Formats: sequence, structure tokens, C-alpha cells
Amino acid sequence: MYTKPFSYHRPKSLEDAVALFGKSSDPRYLAGGQTLIPTMKQRLAAPSDLIDLGGLSALAFIRKSADMLMIGAGTRHAAVATSADVKSAIPALAYLAEGIGDPAVRHRGTIGGSLANNDPAADYPAAVLGLGATVKTTKRSIAADEFFTGMFETALQDGEIVTEIAFPIPEKAGYAKFPNPASRYAMVGVFVAKVKTGVRVAVTGAGPCVFRVPQMEAALAKDFSDGAIANIKVAADDLNSDLHGSREYRAHLVTVMARRAVAGA
Amino acid sequence: MPKIEMRVNGKPISVETEAETLLVHFLRDRLGLTGTHVGCDTGQCGACTVHLNGEAVKSCTMFAVQAHGAEITTIEGLAKNGKLHPMQEAFREHHALQCGFCTPGMIMAAVDIVRRKPNADEKTIRQELEGNICRCTGYHNIVKAIASAAAGMGARS
Amino acid sequence: MTASLIGRPVKRKEDRRFITGTGHYTDDLSRPHQTHAVFVRSPHAHAKIRKIDAAPALALPGVIQVLTGEDLKADNVQGLICGWMIHSKDGSPMKAGGHPALALGKVRYVGDHVAVVIAETPAAAKDGAEAVVVDYEELPSVTSTGDAQSSSVQIHDEAPRNTVYQWALGDEKATGAAFANAAQVVELNLVNNRLIPNAMEPRAALGEYDSGSGIYTLTTTSQNPHVARLVLSAFVQIAPEHKLRVIAPDVGGGFGSKIFIYPEETVCVWAAKRVGRPVKWTAERGESFLADAHGRDHVTHGALALDKDGRVLGLRVKTTANLGAYLSTFSSAVPTYLYATLLSGQYNIPAIYAEVDAVYTNTAPVDAYRGAGRPEATYVVERLMEEAARKLKLDPAEIRRRNFIREFPHQTPVILAYDIGDYDASLKEAVKRADVSGFAQRKADAAKRDKKRGLGFSTYIEACGLAPSAAVGSLGAGVGLWESAEVRVNPTGSVEVLTGSHSHGQGHETTFAQLVADRLGISIDQVEIVHGDTDKVQFGMGTYGSRSAAVGLSAISLATDKVIAKAKHIAAYVMEVPEDDVEFKDGEFAAVKTNKKMTFGEVALAAYVGHKFPTDQIEPGLKETSFYDPKNFTFPAGCHICEVEIDPDTGVVEIVKFTAVDDFGTVINPMIVEGQVHGGIAQGIGQALLEHGVYDKESGQLLTGSYMDYCMPRADDLPSFEVGMTITACPSNPIGVKGCGEAGAIAAPAAVMNAITDALGVKEFDMPATPEKVWRALSGQRA
Repeated sequence: MYTKPFSYHRPKSLEDAVALFGKSSDPRYLAGGQTLIPTMKQRLAAPSDLIDLGGLSALAFIRKSADMLMIGAGTRHAAVATSADVKSAIPALAYLAEGIGDPAVRHRGTIGGSLANNDPAADYPAAVLGLGATVKTTKRSIAADEFFTGMFETALQDGEIVTEIAFPIPEKAGYAKFPNPASRYAMVGVFVAKVKTGVRVAVTGAGPCVFRVPQMEAALAKDFSDGAIANIKVAADDLNSDLHGSREYRAHLVTVMARRAVAGA
Repeated sequence: MPKIEMRVNGKPISVETEAETLLVHFLRDRLGLTGTHVGCDTGQCGACTVHLNGEAVKSCTMFAVQAHGAEITTIEGLAKNGKLHPMQEAFREHHALQCGFCTPGMIMAAVDIVRRKPNADEKTIRQELEGNICRCTGYHNIVKAIASAAAGMGARS
Repeated sequence: MTASLIGRPVKRKEDRRFITGTGHYTDDLSRPHQTHAVFVRSPHAHAKIRKIDAAPALALPGVIQVLTGEDLKADNVQGLICGWMIHSKDGSPMKAGGHPALALGKVRYVGDHVAVVIAETPAAAKDGAEAVVVDYEELPSVTSTGDAQSSSVQIHDEAPRNTVYQWALGDEKATGAAFANAAQVVELNLVNNRLIPNAMEPRAALGEYDSGSGIYTLTTTSQNPHVARLVLSAFVQIAPEHKLRVIAPDVGGGFGSKIFIYPEETVCVWAAKRVGRPVKWTAERGESFLADAHGRDHVTHGALALDKDGRVLGLRVKTTANLGAYLSTFSSAVPTYLYATLLSGQYNIPAIYAEVDAVYTNTAPVDAYRGAGRPEATYVVERLMEEAARKLKLDPAEIRRRNFIREFPHQTPVILAYDIGDYDASLKEAVKRADVSGFAQRKADAAKRDKKRGLGFSTYIEACGLAPSAAVGSLGAGVGLWESAEVRVNPTGSVEVLTGSHSHGQGHETTFAQLVADRLGISIDQVEIVHGDTDKVQFGMGTYGSRSAAVGLSAISLATDKVIAKAKHIAAYVMEVPEDDVEFKDGEFAAVKTNKKMTFGEVALAAYVGHKFPTDQIEPGLKETSFYDPKNFTFPAGCHICEVEIDPDTGVVEIVKFTAVDDFGTVINPMIVEGQVHGGIAQGIGQALLEHGVYDKESGQLLTGSYMDYCMPRADDLPSFEVGMTITACPSNPIGVKGCGEAGAIAAPAAVMNAITDALGVKEFDMPATPEKVWRALSGQRA
């Protein structure tokens, strides 16, 4: 597999990165590259310029305050999975990170790259939406509910770089994933969290973009137990359907995974 | 062309290469280190696994330029002073390879598993092998070899 | 006396290079001034080619040539062949369409070969392939096995109704009578799902042409380099046989898919002369999915007639086999002589009648894949037996026991004559190891956890050791299936063994050396196994069908016997004793009644020095060859038992225990044999639970074209396996071996599916048992 040629840049700062982006004809930021590079190898993407954010060590951090967990966009999945701060503050997030891709992917892939890409079957969007996190960028702060706008689409503007994700530390949270048996991406992944503002349930993999399930949230707000949502089904109509699972099966799995997420929270 | 400097199997390398050269092609075609293999297009088979600063990564899913300043270890660099690494020994001892094609990536991944999880049980080892596909062995003996090497490597350190 | 090397788990000699990354697979090799080939492939399942415009590609930097089917034609290169003639039941020969290496006017599946771009670098060749403009006129396509004969799509003009042959085996009348007299009839509709082989090393080829000598060299990923040379010279007419060298260096797995002579390899070696430089091609995995020969893909109706006690009276099978868009090298034999001949299983079945229709479809060619016909046969027989047990309320082990063949040799109604076996022994051992008696309790315990457990048996048989040449010749094979060997003793006493078998994971370098070292009484380190090069090895039919030990090693054994005989002759002269007084044991030639003796090395040296024996009567040197043609097939058999636990919430099937007890005859290296069993089981479980090559019905596109969609078994999909052996030594070859390479893939699918249908309480259920299918079966919903 050979990509198309491109110009490679290794900026020393976020400002440099943004400036380079502005000067290039068809640029892409390169974070961990675990999705972008395979896409380029398939020649489904052929950017003129790759701006490598890998050298920006200021983007790789995990910090904890009394009620928030801040993770730098350049933090690798493996770092999130093994961080003592993440494990103590939001164990479900560490568990989720431990299940992304495989060990080698987790050594390269970053949370910022995953969110900016917003693959409909990625894990992180479920945590960010499920916890009601805030996505900070070079320009602004974006609430999770505003960030994910569609399949492979986000609220990010041209050249805008995710810098940090601020997660509220929940009272309880759980994640359960049913992996696609071939790709191991989430066929259905459900993140459930009990946070200050209430209960949030976010589903990835099942639809074209991560989404919340208000009915389950309401039921869990009254009774945070797996039994409380046992009879709540999401509508199958808008869900993905493919070789590995029909929309009806995915709808069914949403309930099963949600129950398991609650039970594990 | 970007210039890259790195250490590969302990040797310093300083060369210019096209930005689009994947690390695996750089290792195979530029450095002649053909022990690292390419088995798929989608980053899933793991035949290309090498260590980047001591961590397992897929050399088909990064450009050589991204390894600038890094320390790379490939299967050729695992044995030290003619002495096989305990994981290499364990693969041979437990018949954990047949055709040998996935083996270099499998061994590099296995060393990384034991580094991170020295006490991994069978179930954990199987989960940790998610990114490495073998078509010959049914994994039975690979799992055995890794568990055995883990015990040996623990005893050594 | 030194301990025998036979039966010992000797560590593999070949491992050192593989664990240190110093093996040499085809893609690891490069030649000075080499060029790179990338193929232009059809994006359509079926289309006419109106025009190929290479100019935009040729205009790109680095592109050297663009070659098409017309160029092959201009050089008189012929199409690829299918080497086994099958006649339909009406006596007519099979209806085979042409198989050009590069398309001539028409493409017939997605991935079909349209043109090749040869360039200075792989990236330039890839750019070139994208730039070639092909004007297609799209045609409707048919990909489904069941639809091929009723479709209005005509894939090859030569084959009306896309039917290659309508073949039958067995006695239709006697089988009909058996059904008329039956107390019970059990019927099943079965689909044997299409598999994509996925050896981890993608196919590759490096073609070279030496203009001085006129010799072509093809280095490639082949399981049988001599057969490749024979076909490429005698049929494809690239070059005369003595002007073509084929080398198969380290090969990273085959499973059948590297037996065949493919377009890419053919084009690379031919183009090397055209271009005047070496031409290298390595498949991307996506190309492997599209254009490696696939496996299986049968649709079958099977019926079993039984008396009231569960004794089988007759078996009737009707199968449609999908051969894809072209007839691959051995494709025609797989659903006929490698399939229907095995339908007797381990059972005494008085009457069998099988009909097989083979069809063309707009899919990748289908040919032998691990097991090749025999897994399909076992699947039919063992699913039917399990269903019969359920219908008759008999224990699944008991119904099998009631039907086992116990007297040997046994002539089945479908050609084969089983030479030996002890099916009770392997069943008994498997039942013990699987703790079948504890199953009811485990099932009850699982139910308490809201899980469903099931147990499934598969008592399989296979015909291996392919094959007696006269027998396969009478059935339509284009070649004999003997094997050749040469044992070369060097003056210093070390030994090179040249074999026509090819190792691509099987461990021949160890197993074969064990036998030779054992026979000659020398250290195994003194023995080197040489294979995979037509310039070194005299000839070879290659490795497939679990034939290497039974046929290839038998040839080595016979050549070794000849070496010992000649060495004895020489030793007698050197020691000045009558030859009858010389005994050879543990590497020493001893003259009885004297204290004279010579080591094997001393005799080797004497043989080459030639000072002490009459060289007019005995030629100097110590090197012998053998061509061994087996007397019969071999018949490995055994019992596999699978226990599954199903999560009704998700439909996920977990294999909680898999037990295999096999009878492979004499075992030379149990470590290697067990490894072969493990790998086979993994592929069998893969077929049953995970793997499925799927084409879109409308577009004919391959939907499972990467590891994102084709579900390869990974470590966490599988358990550790419980493996045991029982042994009846094979009387049909000098070593007593039967072959072990395919057993797991043959036995496992039926064992897994019998366990799943047991747990689900359903009768008809097709592979792969994906979570959704299982969930739907449980929830009673329509798929």
C-alpha cells in the first residue's frame, strides 16, 4: 500500500500548526494516524500537506481536579487506559480506552484524533457524550452535545485543533461494547453515567453518529438499575445495518449493552 | 525530502526519505530489515509490529518521518550478542510458529504484552493478541509460549 | 543403542530463521534493476471491455509498460488450465470456458485481471494502474450458487446455464430401494459457506529472464514449484521446461491457495522478457481477498435412510458447487472425487448416490482450501448423523457406534477402499477427554446462569496421501500423484535430502530430517532438507492434501533404504567381509563374527574416495533417488467433540471446550502433528462461527474484502484445545503415516454446528453461526 505523496510538517507549537494549515492547499492534521494513515493507504484521502501534531508534547497530559478530569488531546489511548488518575476518577473511561483497537493501536492513537475523526463506530465519542464532557480547541470550548454533528462530522471548523477534553467526574459510570466480530470496532457501545446534571446514556456504533437515549436517561434518573431499562428499546429505523448486524439486532443490542453498562457502573 | 534520525536496533540512522514512506517500507527496503512483514492493508494483522521507544506499534500505520528521534527495535534486534530473547526461545520451545510469517510481529507484540502485563493469564493473553493474526497455529501454542516466557522473563528480572 | 528419533517432539530446525526475522519470503527478495508490477483489476462483476487506453498511464513518471491480454496473445502465451477432466453423467466432458491470464474482451468477476502496469517503483505502478482508462460495457451478473443455473446471465459461451458439469457417483437404483425400505428418513438443507483462505503471506512473484541463456526464473509463493513449471511450460507455453526455473523460497502458509497457477505469477515471468528487467509483484491483502482462489461454497440437500434401530441403509446427496468465474487448476476435482468419495464417512453404508452440479458464477475462482471437498463431505454426513440421532432419540455416540465400519479393508460404495482404522477407539477416547458424562450437569449449571449449552460430535474420515497415480488417472487427473526424493550423502558424511514436497509451515525440515537421521543413525544436525527449487530437486508434485509425509516422506524413506544398501555393499568390500555379514545399526556398519566396523561417515568417505572397491562393479559416490507412487490413499479418521455455551441476550457462541482425538497412523513428531491439528481446528471453528466470503447480490461486489469485514479467527475467539491420538499404523506406505494437515478443518465445522443446533434446539442452521443469526433463532424472529 502506497499513499500519494504529500508535504510533511512538524510544527513546534499549536500556533505554527494552525498557521501551516492556513497556508496549505489541502492540509490534514496528523495525530496518532491510526485511522488517517490506513485511509491514505487506501487512497481514499490524499492531502497535500500533513501537519504532524505528534511532537506537541504540551497536548499529552492527564490532570485531575476535585470534580473534573482533563485529558490533553494528544494523550494516547494506552496512557488513558493505564492512568491512575483516570482509573480512580472515571474507571469506565479507562476501561473504554483499554478496549480501543488493539495494544499497538493504543500506543499510537490519541483521544483528540479519535474525536476529530468522529468515526461512527469509535469508542471515545460515547464517553465524551455520555459524560457530557467539554471539548476545548484552539478557538473555543464546545459542549459534547454540540460537538458530534454527523457521520465523520464534528463542529470543528477548518484548521481548528482539539486541545483538551474536560470530563466531569461522575458519581457512577459504565461502558459496555459489543464489538464487530471482524473489525473489532464498536457495533454497539453504550456509555452510561450518573453526573451532577442527571443521567446520560450515549450510544456509539449503532447509528451514523453517537447519540443519546433520553428514555433510558429518564428511567435511570428514577432508578439507576439495569432492570429499569430492560424494556426500553431504541427505534431501529435510523440505525446502521450491514453484513454484521441488521438495524433490528443493533437496536436490541443497545438495550443489552446499556443494561450491562449500568450493571458494571 | 525530510531528513530523519533515529536509532534502529541500537544503530544510529540519519537519512533523507520521502515523507510518504511508511516505517515498514523504510525498514524493509531502505535498511534491508525484511524480518518485519506486511500482511494486510488495514492495520489489523500485526505482522509489521515493531517497538517504538519500547512500545509495540504497527510499522505499516506510521510514516518513517514520524519516528524521527525515536529508538526502533525490530525482530532482528531482539536477540542480544547472539543470545535469543526469552520470547524467541519460548516460541521455539512451544512450537508457537508454523509458516513463520506472522512470527516476528507476534514475538514483538508478545514481548510488549509481558512488559505491560507480566502476570497475564490465558484470557488476558488472548485478548492482548487482538492485533495479531496467525492462520497456522490456532494460537494454542502462541498463548502457551507467551505464558511460559512471561514466567521466565519475570524470574530473570 | 541410541533412542529412536521417531515419535519424539524434536524442536524445529527451521524455527531459528523465523524467530530472528532472517527467513526469506518472496517479497523479501529483490534484484538489481527490478521493476514493479501492479494489476489493473475489474471493478465490475461482469462486463465487456470496449477499449483499454494505456496512454494516460504511460505518460506518468516511472511507468515503463502497460501490457494486456492482446500482448500475451501476440507472444502466443496460452490461457490457464484446469488439470482434472470431469465427465458429466451423460458422458459429455466438462464445459470449460477460456481462462486468459489477462482479460480478452470480457471480465467475469470483481478483481479479474485486465492489464498490468510495470514501473520503476511500486508507487509509480500503482499510480499507473489508476490512470489506465478502461471502457467497460457492464453486464448483469450472478454470484449466488443457487441462482447460477436459472440465471439468464451467460458467463462463458461454452457453458449453457453456467453449468460446468452434472456429475454423479454411486448406485441410484440401490439407493432408491434403500429409501423405499427405510423406517426413518432424515433430510437436511445445508450450505457450506464460501471461505477466503488468507495465508498470512500474500502471494508474490519475482520474474526474471536471462537473455544470454534464454532461461526464465520465477520466484514465487508456491506449494508446488514443479507443477507450476510444468503448467507454465507445457500448457501456458511461457518457455520450454528446461528453460524455466521456479523457486518457492520460504512460503508463509498456503492452505491450498498457493497450489494453483494464477494470472499474476504467469504475467510476471512472461513480462520479465518483455521489459528486459526483473518484474516483481506482491499482492496487497485486498487483492488476496479478490483474487486468491476461494474455498467451499456448496449448496446441498442430503437425505439419510435408516432402519428402526438407527442403522443407515442409504444416503442421497444433491450438491451444487460454485466454481467461480474460471476453472482454477484443480477446481473440478474438489466437489467430485475429493468430496463424494468421502460420503460414506466412518460408516457401513450399503448404498450411496451423489449428484453434483458445478456452476460458473461471477465470483473469484473456487478451488482446494484446507480439506478440499472432504470438509464438505464430513459436514453433510455428520450433520445428518446427529439429526438422525435426535430424531430416533439415540445417543449421538451410540448411533455412530451402530454404524461404524469394523472390518478392514472396507470397500465403500463410492470408490474408496479403507485400509485400516479403529473408529471405536477414537470415539471412546474423545468421549472420555470431553467428559461427555458430565455434560448434563454442566448444561444444568449453565441454565442457572441463563446460558444455553450444547454438545456436538463429528466422527470424520478423510482420504489423504494423494494418490495412486493409476487410480487418479482413471478418474480424470492430468498428472500422476507420486512423489520424488533424492538422498545425497556428502563425502564427509552429512546428508542433503532433496524432496518434491514443499514446506510452508508444516515443519518438513524437521520431520523429514528426523526420519533420515534415525535411519542413518546420524545426528539430525547432519541432515539438511532441500525443497522448493526446480533447479535443485529433480521433480515434485508438491504439498497439499496431507500428502507430504505419506507420499513425500515415503519416497525419502525408499531412497534412504537404497543409500543404506549401497553403503553396505561398499562397507563389505572395505572391511573385506561377505556383504551378508554386514549389519547396519545405529549408524555403524559392523561385520558379524569380527570386531571390524565402520561408521556411516567412514563408509561415505570410502564411497567417494573409491579406492577400496571395484568401481567397474559399484559406481563411486553415495546418492540415491526414488519415485514413490502410493498403493492406496490413506484414511486418517477420528472424533471431535465441541461444547458451546450461548448467551441468549446477544447470540454470542463461546466454544467452552473442543476435544479432538485423531488417528494419523504412525506419528513422527507429535509436537508438529498437534500443531497441525490446532491450526486445522481454528480454521474449522472459523468456518462455523466467523468466516464468510460474501458477494453483493445486486452489484457482484465482494463485501468481505478486508479484515474489517472478513472475520478472521483471533486468539480470543478460540479456546485452548484438548488434543489426543489413537494409532492404527497405515499399511499402505512404508512409514505407517496417514497425514494430519487437514483433519481439524474437516472435522470441526460439523462438531461446532451440531453443538449449536443442540443448544438451540433447531434442525436447520447454516454457517457461520453469527451472533445475530443465533439471536434470531432464539427469539423466533424472521431473518
